[in-house]
Amino acid sequence: MKPFRMAMLAGVMTMAAMAAHAKSSLVVGLQLEPPHLDPTSAAAGAIDQVLYANVFEGLTRFGADGSVGPGLAESWDISEDGLIYTFHLRAGVSFHDGTTFDARDVKFSLDRARDENSQNAQKALFSGIESVEVVDDLTVRVTLSAPDGGFLFNMAWGDAVIVASESITEIKQKPVGTGAFRFEDWVQGDRITLVRNPDYWGTPAQLEEATFKFISDPTAAFAAVMAEDVDAFPGFPAPENLPQFEADPRFQVLVGSTEGETVLAMNNKLKPLDDVRVRKAIVHAIDRQAIIDGAMFGLGTPIGTHFAPHHPDYVDLLDQSAYDPELSKKLLAEAGYADGFTTTLKLPPPSYARRGGEIIAAQLRAVGIETEITNLEWAQWLEEVFRGRDFGLTIVSHTEPLDIGIYARPDYYFQYDSAEFQEMYAALTGETDPAKRSDLLASMQRRIAEDYVNGYLFQLATPTVANAKLRGLWIDMPTQAIDLTGVYWTE
Amino acid sequence: MKAGLILGAGLAGVFVAAALVSFAWVPHDIGGVDIAARLRPPGAGHLLGTDHFGRDILSMIMVGARTSIAVALVAVGIGIGVGVPLGLWAAARRGSWADEVISRAGDLIFAFPSLLIAVMITAVFGPSAVNAIIAIGIFNIPVFARLARGAAMSLWTRDYVLAARVAGKGGFRISAEHILPNIANLLIVQGTIQFSLGILAEAGLSYVGLGAQPPVPSWGRMLADSQTMIAIAPHMALFPGLAILLTVLGLNLLGDGLRDLLDPRLRRRRT
Repeated sequence: MKPFRMAMLAGVMTMAAMAAHAKSSLVVGLQLEPPHLDPTSAAAGAIDQVLYANVFEGLTRFGADGSVGPGLAESWDISEDGLIYTFHLRAGVSFHDGTTFDARDVKFSLDRARDENSQNAQKALFSGIESVEVVDDLTVRVTLSAPDGGFLFNMAWGDAVIVASESITEIKQKPVGTGAFRFEDWVQGDRITLVRNPDYWGTPAQLEEATFKFISDPTAAFAAVMAEDVDAFPGFPAPENLPQFEADPRFQVLVGSTEGETVLAMNNKLKPLDDVRVRKAIVHAIDRQAIIDGAMFGLGTPIGTHFAPHHPDYVDLLDQSAYDPELSKKLLAEAGYADGFTTTLKLPPPSYARRGGEIIAAQLRAVGIETEITNLEWAQWLEEVFRGRDFGLTIVSHTEPLDIGIYARPDYYFQYDSAEFQEMYAALTGETDPAKRSDLLASMQRRIAEDYVNGYLFQLATPTVANAKLRGLWIDMPTQAIDLTGVYWTE
Repeated sequence: MKAGLILGAGLAGVFVAAALVSFAWVPHDIGGVDIAARLRPPGAGHLLGTDHFGRDILSMIMVGARTSIAVALVAVGIGIGVGVPLGLWAAARRGSWADEVISRAGDLIFAFPSLLIAVMITAVFGPSAVNAIIAIGIFNIPVFARLARGAAMSLWTRDYVLAARVAGKGGFRISAEHILPNIANLLIVQGTIQFSLGILAEAGLSYVGLGAQPPVPSWGRMLADSQTMIAIAPHMALFPGLAILLTVLGLNLLGDGLRDLLDPRLRRRRT
């Protein structure tokens, strides 16, 4: 028996040694570089892309299919009235700097996020929390002010990850989390390196090292993948190049869905867009398929409302905004703009906006609406359009999951102000019964489609180009994340 | 020597003609998009193929020539209109504070890389064709001011200018009636060269997205649009690139040829 066990052990060790010889590092190309490395204090998706699930973890977490599962909380109990969530934390978890993870870190993180002076970009996620109590080292009790069916979902967001009070001051430069990878190095303007965390509480990562390389120019991205300088490029920026990668046996092209509802946003407070007939006319003047084909080379699913088509509660409202330029002209005439009008169209950098914008401008011109196109960089777009609300039309993809709630915010950049919708949203937040939630979500989708708040174009698809030998990458993008914990090389 | 002039005039003429014709007629309408017809290679229906929105590239180049020529022309106009009077003034008041200010201000502008400042101006005041014109025009001012001042200065010592002064003409009248006609040939030559540089600058600004905004076609933006498609539709990059190359080449040949023809010193040597 004993020699046999020895032989087995030797065998396992040889296999381990062989595995170590196989390629164990990965270079991931990304178009955008994070402004800093604290996912809990900025809206920039690039921060989550690098750090979510890799370096930082939350109480719950998103899986590759968008489902919410246990993260640092192993399990939880919910009180009868839906107000008290008791989280049971995993034992033996430590941060990368060696400090122990316990209930106090959870309390610290949640209190920091919901604090009045919090820099958190998604404070609404925490607004329902009344108090956070430490019961013992591994138990946390969260009390809500009202039942919230989406609370576990909220806790899975990148903005709700658990940070440690010991390392919080340096988090923007040296993030310290509990994840399967440790932050190693950031060469600004070039790359971020992560290395495997040997003390990880769960299944350790198979990669020893992962490097995120920032390549903003689509042509350079194409060249880098072709030359195999990067092994994977999630969100590859030039869809027109995908057929070439598909035809090349060295690569695999994974086309996944995202939570990005791409919309032609309209300034609902600006004349003449404050007239629902004008907005309806604009929507009917748009041929979605031409935009999907022309701007995205066929990638993307048409949507008729602000909701992801892969979500079970999605309502197909495409017929309500079908391409019909004649109807469009009639509506404009009814609204008193028989000769059309001129408005601005401000476009952020992604190709869906820049190319989509030119196509939409041509389509609107066909019904008499002239647009003045301005191409903006992201910072300018955030300043002028998002914060300044100085625009007529703009095109942007709303990539947050289940974000129909933005229509309940009258000060949100497109300035849709409907008491009816706000009531529905309030009802939804208080509702925990799944069937009733579905009904509410459906009527909310109908409401914004009937009010023609925005032109709903398509659900953004995300193409990932990767080395053909790479496995375990997420295909869909249920949240802004590039989870590398399950990625490995086949050989 | 003559061959360069004729070739240059021919090339420049073709593009000016294309721009003029485009006002009345283009092979295909470029106002709309036709996704079904995109990325067609050059052929019978579309002589130079179509772009990623199915627009006819030949038509785009013709209308784009209008943008380039308009921007460059106005920019050179600004340069001549402001620069030449300043240069003449400086020459007429040689050594005065006006001369100093004009010359040093010119040096100051020359010290900056021109395209960099053009990028700055358009970034601050927003990208548009008008701002591109202003940015390029500003850099033309000292070019013409310096040229006019230098040329005028040598003329001020001539006998006929002395005669005019004796006759009681003031600096302004002498500059306008005697100096300007005699430096006109130099200005025409310089204008041609600045014109080609203006076209190049406009293309550069449009390429980085700071020139004419879509849907107004511009050669520089056509190049930028084609960048990621170069592997699947090389004609999208080739033809606007050739248009820029040939126009600039033509204008430079024309400028050289005109100098040979008009420069009195070179003319004297030949005869």
